[in-house]
Amino acid sequence: MCGIVGLFLKTETLRPRLGGLLTDMLITMTDRGPDSAGIAVYGAPQDHKLTVQSDTPDTVFPALEHWLQEQDATITLRRLDTHAVVSLPAERAGAIRAALAGDFPGLRVMGSGKAMEIFKEVGLPRDVADRFGLREMAGSHGIGHTRMATESAVTTDGAHPFSTGPDQCLVHNGSLSNHNGLRRTLAREGITVSSQNDSEVAAAYLTWKMREGANLGQALEAGLSDLDGFYTFVVGTETGFGVLRDPVACKPAVLAETEDYVAFGSEYRALVDLPGIDTARVWEPEPATVYFWER
Amino acid sequence: MQTIDMATTDLRSLNAMLQGQPQDTNETAWEVLNPRGAHALAVGLDAPIAVTVRGSTGYYCAGMNKQASVTVTGSAGPGVAENMMSGTVVIDGDASQYAGATGHGGLLVVKGNASSRCGISMKGIDIVVHGNVGHMSAFMAQKGNLVVLGDAGDALGDSLYEARLFVRGSVKSLGADCVEKEMRPEHLTLLAELLDRAGADARPEEFRRYGSARQLYHFKVDNASAY
Repeated sequence: MCGIVGLFLKTETLRPRLGGLLTDMLITMTDRGPDSAGIAVYGAPQDHKLTVQSDTPDTVFPALEHWLQEQDATITLRRLDTHAVVSLPAERAGAIRAALAGDFPGLRVMGSGKAMEIFKEVGLPRDVADRFGLREMAGSHGIGHTRMATESAVTTDGAHPFSTGPDQCLVHNGSLSNHNGLRRTLAREGITVSSQNDSEVAAAYLTWKMREGANLGQALEAGLSDLDGFYTFVVGTETGFGVLRDPVACKPAVLAETEDYVAFGSEYRALVDLPGIDTARVWEPEPATVYFWER
Repeated sequence: MQTIDMATTDLRSLNAMLQGQPQDTNETAWEVLNPRGAHALAVGLDAPIAVTVRGSTGYYCAGMNKQASVTVTGSAGPGVAENMMSGTVVIDGDASQYAGATGHGGLLVVKGNASSRCGISMKGIDIVVHGNVGHMSAFMAQKGNLVVLGDAGDALGDSLYEARLFVRGSVKSLGADCVEKEMRPEHLTLLAELLDRAGADARPEEFRRYGSARQLYHFKVDNASAY
C-alpha cells in the first residue's frame, strides 16, 4: 500500500502552517503505511543545507559539530532527533561532503540543497512527526510518505522521501519491476543509488533526466516510457511540485487545488482538514498524465 | 429523519444502526454528517431506507447494498456500490475507480465522472454515468447495462460477456472482443427507461451501443493472439 501526501503553497499566508497541515495529513495516512514515515520540507532558502542522519546521534552529532566548526566557523548544525541540518557555504559543500564520508563513515546524507530538508525514520507517522517536531516547520511546499514495505527492508534507508539530487525528492506508492536494469544504466551515467529500494531508482532516474536538461515535467514525461511497474509519484524540486501515475493507475490519488495551494493525498481523507477544502477543486489525476506546478 | 453525525458517532455504530433496520422500519430517512472520506460507509444495508451522506466518502461506500437508496452529496472513493444486489446508489460528484464492480442488481448513478474500471465484472447492475468513464470500464462485464453520457476511456468492454454498453460521446478504444452493435427499438426503449430512472437529460437516439462479439467465450486456437 503506502500513503502519500503533498502540499504546494501558492501564497505566503499558509507558510507558517505548512508543517502542521502536512503532519495531520501524514498521520491520517497511517493505515496505509505504518512501517516508516518521512517528510521533505522546503523551508527558508539558504546558501546550502545538508540533512544528515546518524544511528548514534548522541555521540556523533557533537563530534560532527566540532569537526564542522574546525573546517569553517560559519557552519552551523541544528539537531532534530536522529537528523541534523547543517548550514554551510555552497562552495564548501562538495569538499565537506567528501571529507565527511571519510571521517564519519556511519553518517547518512539524506538530502541537500538550498531549501529542502528531509526527515525520515522507522515507526508510526505520529511518532516520527513528534520526534522531528514536524508540526512546527514552516515552508513553501513539502511532501510526505507513510510506508508499507514491499521491495526492501523496513529501515531508515528504505523510508521515503528519496533525494538523489539537490533540492529534489520523490515519494512513491507502488512497485517498480525494472529497477535493477535501470540501476545499472544510472550507474554508467554516474548517478548513485545508495539503497536497494526501487523507489530510490525512480528518484535517481528523474535526477538524471533533469541533469541532462529536462525540467521536472519533461523528466516525468520521459519516466512514462522508461519506468515499468505500478506507481503514483509525488515529486518536489526547489520551486516545483509534480504528480505522475502509471497508465494502469491502480494506486489511488486525489488532488485538490484552491487559490492558496495544491494538495495531494492518496485518499480524500488526508485532505479533509485543509482550509477551504469544501470549496476546492478536487479531482482524481488521470493515468499517464504529468501534473506539475512551478513557482 | 434520523441524523447521525460522524464527528460524534463512530463508523461501526453507524453501520450497525443502518444494518439493523428491519423490513418494516418506520425510520426510513437517514442523514449522515461529516463523513470526511471514511471507508466502508453505509455498507451491507438490507432494508428499504434512504440514506443521504452529506460530503465525500472513501473506499467501498454502499457496498453490497440491498433495497436501500444511498445518496452521496460529494464524491466517492474506490469501489462505490461494489457488489450491489438491489436498491439505488447516487453519487452527486465523481466516483473513483471500479465503481459498481461485480454488482448483481440495482441502479448506480454517478452525476460526475467515474474513473477507471467502472462496472468491472458487473453481473446485472445498471450503471448510469452522467460524465465520462476511465479506461478498462466494463472489463469482463457479464450482465446489466452501463450507460455513459460522456466519453469512455481506453479498452472499453474488454473481454465482455453479455452486458450492454451505451455511450453518447467518444470511445477512446474498444477492448478485445467488444464491438459496436446495432441500436434496435428494444434498446432505445431500455435506454429511455434507464435515463429516466437516472434523471439524465439525454435522448436515447444520441447513443451508440457496444457489446460482445462473442469470439472469446471459448478458447479457439485462431484467437490465441487476442489473449
